[in-house]
Amino acid sequence: MEAAHGHHAPGHDSAHGHGHDAHGHHPTGIMRWITTTNHKDIGTLYLLFSLTMFFVGGMLAMGIRLELMQPGLQFWKPEFFNELTTMHGLIMVFGAIMPAFVGFANWQVPMMIGAPDMAFARMNNWSFWLLPPAATLLVVSFFVPGGATAAGWTLYAPLSTQMGPGMDLAIFALHIMGASSIMGSINIVTTILNMRAPGMTLMKMPLFVWTWLITAYLLIAVMPVLAGAVTMVLTDRHFGTHFFNAAGGGDPVMFQHIFWFFGHPEVYIMILPGFGIVSQIVPTFARKPLFGYSSMVYATASIAILSFVVWAHHMFTVGMPAAAQLFFMYMTMLIAVPTGVKVFNWIATMWKGSMTFETPMLFACGFIFVFSMGGFTGLVLAITPVDIQLQDTYYVVAHFHYVLVAGSLFALFGGVYYWIPKWTGHMYNETVGKWHFWLSMIFFNVTFFPMHFTGLAGLPRRVPDYNMQFADFNMISSLGAFGFGLSQLLLVYVVVTCIKGGEKATDKVWEGAEGLEWTLPSPPPYHSFETPPAVR
Amino acid sequence: MISKWVRWPVSAAAWLAAGVAAANQYNLQEPQSEIARQIYDLHTLIMWIIVGIFVVVFGAMTYAIVMHRKSVGHKAEQFHENTTVEIIWTVVPFVILIGMAYPATRTIISMKDTTHADITIKATGYQWKWGYDYLQEGISFYSTLATPRDQIEDYDHKGTKKGEHYLIEVDNPVVVPTGKKVRIITTANDVIHAWWVPALGIKQDAIPGFVRDTWFTADNPGTYRGQCAELCGKDHGFMPIVVEAVAPEKYAAWVAEQKKTMVARVEDPGKAWTLDELKARGEKVYAQHCVACHQPTGMGLPGTFPALSGSKVVTGSKEGQINTVLNGVVKDGKPTAMVAFGKQLSDTELAAVITYTRNSWANKSGDVVTPADVKAQRK
Repeated sequence: MEAAHGHHAPGHDSAHGHGHDAHGHHPTGIMRWITTTNHKDIGTLYLLFSLTMFFVGGMLAMGIRLELMQPGLQFWKPEFFNELTTMHGLIMVFGAIMPAFVGFANWQVPMMIGAPDMAFARMNNWSFWLLPPAATLLVVSFFVPGGATAAGWTLYAPLSTQMGPGMDLAIFALHIMGASSIMGSINIVTTILNMRAPGMTLMKMPLFVWTWLITAYLLIAVMPVLAGAVTMVLTDRHFGTHFFNAAGGGDPVMFQHIFWFFGHPEVYIMILPGFGIVSQIVPTFARKPLFGYSSMVYATASIAILSFVVWAHHMFTVGMPAAAQLFFMYMTMLIAVPTGVKVFNWIATMWKGSMTFETPMLFACGFIFVFSMGGFTGLVLAITPVDIQLQDTYYVVAHFHYVLVAGSLFALFGGVYYWIPKWTGHMYNETVGKWHFWLSMIFFNVTFFPMHFTGLAGLPRRVPDYNMQFADFNMISSLGAFGFGLSQLLLVYVVVTCIKGGEKATDKVWEGAEGLEWTLPSPPPYHSFETPPAVR
Repeated sequence: MISKWVRWPVSAAAWLAAGVAAANQYNLQEPQSEIARQIYDLHTLIMWIIVGIFVVVFGAMTYAIVMHRKSVGHKAEQFHENTTVEIIWTVVPFVILIGMAYPATRTIISMKDTTHADITIKATGYQWKWGYDYLQEGISFYSTLATPRDQIEDYDHKGTKKGEHYLIEVDNPVVVPTGKKVRIITTANDVIHAWWVPALGIKQDAIPGFVRDTWFTADNPGTYRGQCAELCGKDHGFMPIVVEAVAPEKYAAWVAEQKKTMVARVEDPGKAWTLDELKARGEKVYAQHCVACHQPTGMGLPGTFPALSGSKVVTGSKEGQINTVLNGVVKDGKPTAMVAFGKQLSDTELAAVITYTRNSWANKSGDVVTPADVKAQRK
């Protein structure tokens, strides 16, 4: 079979059309994408879906910043403002970030472990095609009576039981997306554990594969918990149960415990694969092996385990006993240790390397810098008494955008630039890529850095209007946000031009690249490794 | 686009100019209680530790980026493991964390100690106002946003003049004596709210059906402003909290005065009200308790809050409407946003607001609902 794939016609583009016809029965046109069971096709679908949702969620963010640009209500009614913040959160978390990482896993995991495809090809198709209906439900919910859910992405009961039918649509969307994530995770775990090339022991796996293995276990553990929480909201709303209604013997705080038991591991679900991507990029451009490979693996596992015992730090103001506050504070602070180890290892990898700064490396360095800032504010927020001042303020908004936008999103951008020559067979436009990085980096900080100040000074989050003392910083944040939003059009330009054509990429693409995916042609054959490669 | 590029430097310059003068724009508010001071100091301590770590870590990273790059001819070394180093950078952060955890633990323990309070005030969150009950003194009142709607709504983009305490001013502030331990008990009537006054260092969720508590002692006389800190629906941004700390003697005088007005507020049950008197009274009650949902126009918000103008309930029988307002609307066995106002308002207030709604907007029934009518339907 390998021979059949040996002569790649230049310009052959597996991500784009005319599937490789070794088997001779691929449907063409739209049916190819609907019926595909190929890991690369599905990876592409995931990434394009995620890019679309990134812009949908981004438009909502622009709406938020438009209203917040000046004090007073200029554009939206307060209830619509709440719909914007809620749906921005839900769409970015479940529609943009998570599917993007699954897209990376689909493309990269088989290539990096020397497998021909994912373990469960048909389930892979199904887990992607569940997403568009779920996203449709979310978007359509804006147009039902009462509008989309406005209870915040955390959907706290009993506010969420007050909402109109938009809430039910969001609940169903979460159920469907949860099912998709669980199937995707089972697929990834099975692929990694069963389909590695001979000689690739667990401790020889690339770090991206390791981080996804751990992430997949987290997803399998917590997505059902979220499904349970929202199902209880659903039955409280329509079937006369009182899980979260104190008058009926329920407990509103229980929702928060259940939600955050999902929600905190979810935070790491969105960052661990990002750690993996950065751990691939940094050694490549430092031309030096990753420092402390095994301690990186252990640190990732420690973060994952600790993520199950810190959930209540999201709810320090609900009124827990002192002993509980202390426990959750100590556990949360402890997370700084393995996270610090990762940062130190990346810097040690750079140390005495021979670095170049192509766009992937810029995003990786940017990631380390801004993610660490988010880590620092995370440490501030871990200190319970300080958290009590800062809980539900713009400081928290700044913190989680530093770890999610500058963290997860920059890692994803870095990953796109790193692997897109491999995926499409064409080099991207380096100048545009660098502009994309610098504009994103600068506008990101202009947008979110002032939020630390407004939060400290006492601006609560999720409010459509504020006192004059917060006006200057909000104006700066809004201008930064518009700049950040516009800069993302460069990413679309890069992706589109790369798919269409451009300078032919070599197999190895990067001088310092190591790993099985770089032994394949660019673009790689339809089935990655039909005969297992030899791993040293 | 052009105006953006003009505005940006203008705004940045304004910010720099203002930044020098107003530290209250970028740091925690000046602490006014022991706990707030401890929080402030903890935050400052941790910030300095972080700045130290930042300098060391990113100093190393920047050095590597500058010195160890291919363009300056640096050749890559191939080391990739060192157990000693790994142990050091695991243990050192751990020790730093212990240094942070120790003072934080002390503060948590004193924050949680709500015993031996001099005064206990119950704060109840409603959509969207606060209710206060001074448990020993027997004083009760509601506290709503005092900023007028026409300062807030600027949908025609003409710009509105905003007061100094825009959105953080209320009609009835919480008055407390300085130097006394005040215990705040929080609960809520509908959804979760949070009672937050930054200068006093307290934020406590108010949870429907549950009671939580926290405490503060105000050091100095002054007015301390805060806001609801938990998303509670559409007017979450419009239910501020104002605490006025006064000298104990002034506080005693305030309590005496409040008791007098509470007695005066119990109106003569036999008073014969005219339609106009009731409407005028009802308009005030409507503005305080109803307008957030049903709107000044009586049109409500389609899909969320029903219109009163032309509504079947309001133009229907008096008994039907009294029952709705007294007992609230229950759907599928659960209370809705239309809560039972019988618990919150007096017979006179209820009679007045019902009369007002039956004779406003498109509703022209000419009905007078008397306090006696309401009383008759109380169960």
